[in-house]
Order: sequence, then structure tokens, then C-alpha cells
Amino acid sequence: MSQPVSNGLRIKARLERSGFALDVDTAIPLEGVTALFGRSGCGKTTLLRIIAGLEHPPGAEVHFGDTAWQCGKTLVPLHRRRVGLVFQESTLLPHLSVRGNLLYGYKRTPEPLRRLHLDEVADLLGLTELLDRRADQLSGGQRQRVALGRALLISPDLLLLDEPLNALDTQTKREIMPFLARLSDRTGIPTLLVTHAPDEVERLAHRVAFMHDGQLERLEPLRDALARADSPLFRDEGAVSVLQGELGPADTHGLHPFGPPEARYRVPSTPGATNGAGRPARLRIEARDVSIALSPPQDVSILNIIPVTIESLDEAPGHHGPARILATCRQQDGQTLIAELTRLSTERLGLQPGTRAHALVKSVAFLD
Amino acid sequence: MFELSPTDWMAIEVTLKLAIYTTLILLVIATPIAWWLANGRAPGGLRTTVQALVALPLVLPPTVLGFYLLVLLGPAGPVGSTLENMGLNHLAFTFQGILIASVIYSLPFAVQPLQQAFANLGRRPTEIAGSLGAGRMDRFFTVVLPMSRGGFIVAATLAFAHTLGEFGVILMLGGAIPGETQVLSILIYDHAEAMNFDAAHRLSLGLLVFAFVVLFVVYAINRRFDTVRL
Repeated sequence: MSQPVSNGLRIKARLERSGFALDVDTAIPLEGVTALFGRSGCGKTTLLRIIAGLEHPPGAEVHFGDTAWQCGKTLVPLHRRRVGLVFQESTLLPHLSVRGNLLYGYKRTPEPLRRLHLDEVADLLGLTELLDRRADQLSGGQRQRVALGRALLISPDLLLLDEPLNALDTQTKREIMPFLARLSDRTGIPTLLVTHAPDEVERLAHRVAFMHDGQLERLEPLRDALARADSPLFRDEGAVSVLQGELGPADTHGLHPFGPPEARYRVPSTPGATNGAGRPARLRIEARDVSIALSPPQDVSILNIIPVTIESLDEAPGHHGPARILATCRQQDGQTLIAELTRLSTERLGLQPGTRAHALVKSVAFLD
Repeated sequence: MFELSPTDWMAIEVTLKLAIYTTLILLVIATPIAWWLANGRAPGGLRTTVQALVALPLVLPPTVLGFYLLVLLGPAGPVGSTLENMGLNHLAFTFQGILIASVIYSLPFAVQPLQQAFANLGRRPTEIAGSLGAGRMDRFFTVVLPMSRGGFIVAATLAFAHTLGEFGVILMLGGAIPGETQVLSILIYDHAEAMNFDAAHRLSLGLLVFAFVVLFVVYAINRRFDTVRL
């Protein structure tokens, strides 16, 4: 759990519907991006709707900092909560132009509260060229960007994104991700992102709230969520590690140094990714691309050989066939790297918690 | 052939006045009812009851509706006698009386297209508008109304056209007082009863052409909006 939150977003709600019960009592810090992660039907959208004020089950309590949004007889209606909403399907108002959509909320925001303005939001989301189009002349990805911009232009106190990328194809998703990733850093607006896609969490979130069967099971920083071999994030696509660090300038081979000297990677620049030097970046490494050697091998093609200490060895969850072991390794800079090994190699190398070893990282991918 | 008598003109005036007032009143009344039916969070039983009540005029013989309204609004009825006690007139055989009757009688024709339009619209657009700071009325005029334009056009047309064709209810409640309650449909009946077929024909043909033109124009406009079709 992160630091106790006295002025975060506190939600207490109990709700029963046919075949579904929601029971949540939690506090979410109001900074950065919090992912609300879980399978469909686990109640994350309902929770989001309660926070927004779209639903107000009796007895539920929602506090935003010191302000009671719902508590006893107090009920702040949706249009007074100053919450930016983006849903998965297009919600642009079809009778208005892009500009009309963007300004719908802006015009209704009291002037002293306006912190974001049309020009900068259009610029941030790449909408400047689209302003005079009609809403139905836009592609799916453009529509979601307009919806995001429209939500931002009320200068919201909180941004609620309900699977905003879900209806988009992979290509479009890839186009929008950088915009989303920039959002919270650039605007400082705390964001709650409902999603069931691990890659969105890995890329966008600072912390994750795991929901299961109507309950919020745990809320933890992304780093911790990725350091557990049994993390729900790994359930479908296998274990991954996400390393955070700074990217250095490219060397003569076109490789960028990443991370501190004691855990230094050299990574190629990927086309399309904006990996300018000297800025924080996230590196995604699949556990199955990581091997372990007890001594640093001299004559291998692998570039990234990182000294680590084995922290724990766990059976890989949900695996059929020969048993796979997830080795959670601690790098010398404190970050976690997970390697997927066979049980046979684990036994052969005599790996134990505390064993000093070297991680051989075969491939890495940039997240932003 | 196309000479109209002063009585004919009076009937035309009463009919148009009745149809226009009825339509305006219905748009005001039917909109919240249709919204509630389409989006209400009331228990299912209550909704079904209201839905059935609204649809009643579709199946009841107009004479039944007219009869009960006569009983209700007439001098001995609860509404009529209350009005008389307040020093006002009862409503049987008055323009106000047949206006009330028309509103009730055409209610389903206004409610159903609107309900359909609102159901198609769903809650999302108003939720979004709400999150963007629009209050209830603001949301209605800037989101619901423009997005359900087709439904409103159909509702208004049907209410208007249906009032033009009203007969039984008015006959029961209004009689045929020229300038007050004698509408075209009744006057045509009177002309035919009096074997004055030429006069009946003039008005009937006029009404037929008028109704067709109104419907044609409205559907032609509505095709562009494409939200609700009947």
C-alpha cells in the first residue's frame, strides 16, 4: 500500500445486483495515473460510475479530498463534480463540430477555474487540424482524442477513463498511447484508468488497483505489482518486468544507454518511438526473454548482461506442460527483473533465494 | 364548387386552432413522460402501468373516452362542479373541454415516437454533457433536443394529424357548436347527414389533400435526420 491518504479519493460502497456484488472501501491517492485493473464484470466500471456520480447506491460514500461528493444526504450531482469522463465508445455530440465538442464543457466551466485552454489542449492531443471537422468525419482514434480533449477542457479535478482504448484496433491504440502517457504528467490531473489490458497498465499507470469479483483486492505501486510472480497482470500474457530509468544519447552503434551504471542496458532505438535522449523512459522485458547464468558469459551475442540477486523462485501460474519457474531477480539499482526458466535449469544451476547471478536479457521494448 | 360557407370557415379555424394548441401542449407534456418511460429508474410495475395508461386511447373507442370526459368535466362531474363552485364554467361543450380531450386522445401519438427517440439516444450523451458541467435543462436543450430532432418532428406531426381526424371524442364531449366545438370532421358528418354531399365533399377533399401534404413534407424533412421512422 502507498502512504496513507487523508486527502485522496475515498470510496465506500456496497451494492448488490442480480449475480453481482460490489463491496469496496478504499482510498486512492490523487496523483498520477491509477489503473483499475480486472476482468470484465469484476465491477470496475460500476466503481467508476459511483465515483463520477452516475450511480449513487444508498449508503455509499465518496469523498474527494475534503469534499464530500456523496455522504448521507449530501449528493453532489455529476455536473458539479468537475470530473472528466471518457468512455470506450465514441461519445462525441454528433450535431457539433470538433471545436463545438471541445468547447462544450469549457464554456460551462467558470472562468477562474479554467486552467487548460483550447490551443494547448488541441496541441497536446494533435487536434489543431481537425477543429472544423464534423464529429462523424473522424476516425476512431481521432474521436477518442477529441473526447479526451473535451474532458480536459473543463480543467477537471479528476479524470476518469473507462477503457478508452478498448474499441480501437492495435494500430490506432499505438497511436493514442503516447498522448495518454503524456496527459497526466503534462496536466497534473489525477487519473483513474479502468482497463483489463496489462500493456495499458504497464505503459500508463503509476499504481494499480486490482479488482476481483466486486472487491478491490490490493492497491500498490506499479513497480510492486510487477515484482510479484503471481501478479494478475501476468495472467494472460506471461510475466513481464517494466524498468524505469533514463535514456542516454545514442552511441556510434545507434545504441542508447539506459539506467544507472550498475544496471546499465544498451538498447536500440525503435522506429516510431520517440526515445529522445535524457528523458525518463520505461523498458518492457518479457520474462521468457531473460536467462540466468551463474558467471558472466564472455562469448555470447547478448548485449545486456545484468548482475542480479535471486529473490524468489515461484512456479509460473497457469502453465501447462513442463513446469516453468519464475525467478524474481533484484538488480543492483533495486529494480526487479523476472526470468522464466525451466525447473530443470533451476535445479542444475542450484538457484536459491540469495544466489548471485547474471541475467541475460535477449530483447527489450520501449513503452514510451 | 370551392366556395366555402362562413360555417365551413369557422370549422376550419376551430380545427386548426385545436390541432395547433393540442400539438404544443402535447410536446410539453409528452416529453417528460417519454423521457421517464425511456430512462426512468422507477419500479417496473409503475412504468408498465403508465405505459398502458398512455396507450389506452389507441384501443378504446373514442366514444368511451368522450363519455367519461363528459361525466368528469360536465356540470355534475367532479372537475366540472369544482370549477363551477369556484365561479368558473364547467368544460363540457366548450373549446377548452375538447382541447383537454384532444390532448388525452393524441397522447400516445406524441409519447411513443419520443420514447423511441430517447431510447435510441441512450443515457450516454446526457451523462457526458453532465460531466461537462451541463445541468438538467441545459442538457435537454443542447443535447437531447438536437439529437432527437427526428422524434420530435414525428411526434408533432402525428399529434397534429391525429387531432385533425378526431371525431368521436369531440362529438361526445363538445357537440357541434359553430365557432366553439364544431370541427371539420363533425361538420362533414353534419353535411352528409343533411344530404349536402357537395359541401361534405369540398371539406373532405380539402382535408385529405392537406393531411397528405403535411405528412409528405414532414417525412421528406425527417428523412434527412434519420433518427426515428414509423
